[in-house]
Amino acid sequence: MVAAMSNPYEILGVSSTASDDDIRKAYRKLAKKYHPDLNPGKEEAEQRFKDISAAYSLLSDAEKRARFDRGEIDSSGQERPQRQYYRDFAEGPGGARYSHAEGFASDDLENIFSDLFGGRGFARGHGAGGGSMPMKGGNLSLALTVDFVDAAKGGKQRVTMPDGKTLDIDLPAGLEDHATIRLKGKGLPGVNGGPPGDALITITVAPHPWFRREGDDVHLDLPVTLAEAVLGGKVRVPTIDGAVMLTVPKGANNGTRLRLKGKGIPDPQKNARGDQYVTVRIALPDETDPALEEFVRGWSADYNPRRAMESA
Amino acid sequence: MAQRTEEVLMVCRRVNARDLTLWVERHWVRPQHEGGALLFSEADVARVEMICDLREDLALDDEAMPVVLSLLDSVYALRRRLRVLAGAIGQLPPEARDVLREELRKLEEE
Repeated sequence: MVAAMSNPYEILGVSSTASDDDIRKAYRKLAKKYHPDLNPGKEEAEQRFKDISAAYSLLSDAEKRARFDRGEIDSSGQERPQRQYYRDFAEGPGGARYSHAEGFASDDLENIFSDLFGGRGFARGHGAGGGSMPMKGGNLSLALTVDFVDAAKGGKQRVTMPDGKTLDIDLPAGLEDHATIRLKGKGLPGVNGGPPGDALITITVAPHPWFRREGDDVHLDLPVTLAEAVLGGKVRVPTIDGAVMLTVPKGANNGTRLRLKGKGIPDPQKNARGDQYVTVRIALPDETDPALEEFVRGWSADYNPRRAMESA
Repeated sequence: MAQRTEEVLMVCRRVNARDLTLWVERHWVRPQHEGGALLFSEADVARVEMICDLREDLALDDEAMPVVLSLLDSVYALRRRLRVLAGAIGQLPPEARDVLREELRKLEEE
């Protein structure tokens, strides 16, 4: 059958003399009600919304509306091109990324589903039967900030659980920022003899004033005096294991990089350790020392560090 | 089949580059990041269209939009979980399903 489509005025529920404003209002009201994405379960909503959209696109266009009123065109053919609605993806893999909205923890869902089989849901006042299904407890998400050295070396940390209890956990060495540690069975209690859920602890590694991590290596800027740089010498350098003595070679320049082998971050899986890289930074006193000033005035050498730049 | 930002803008004529960037920054749309470019899945594109509808047809403003999106996402997440649950119930022995049906019926009558 051709164009047995109903009249666009009827679809929007307005009279044929309705103003543009009335038509827009009627359309918005119906769109709110029938938008397919707002009606995930209603199959018929999509067709209704298409009809409403088609009717509105015809009546909101003054020229088309006039032609329709004159009987020059029928109400068909105004339909929007075929499009896919979000609801067609929302419950499939494409929508999975959106299933954790902000302020809506998946743990809440876990709780609802535990309740479904728990004392509060089915079994309330109904005796045995539906409420006896064992369910795993929900997972608990916790956050823990660990300082740089503790994260690098691993070891015991105490976490306070939401119920006020404390839990000692063993951090593995070489823990990275944003890592998650799963503690099996430390989440919410199970229901009807089901196993408890897990605690998921997201780690934040606090930045350190001197150490920086790159892969399994630790980087550190080491301020040295002019004398230490020119003459060389032994200086104390902090590492994640404590201070060690490092020999600054004679004539070390600003930016010279020295390596302390095996003083980096342990990697328990590879059973290896990274290195610590020490970058020399020549530091002058905040206030220029008169003796140094005097010496530098008398110091002359045929050295121009900007030679390459100047000839360019 | 993933689309890049320019392709999405070609398909969804109701959104401009500035708004689309803003929506991504606000996590209203969550395309994949790949080598500095954004890759929009079919679901992401459908979501862009949905946000256009919500903005234009339903006159939602920037304040109301995240509230509505988060509620919608909650509904879809719940439906997804319900589907899983229904699937699990489908695997139960018939006697267990009968018990469940009976319990549900009693609850509905309450």
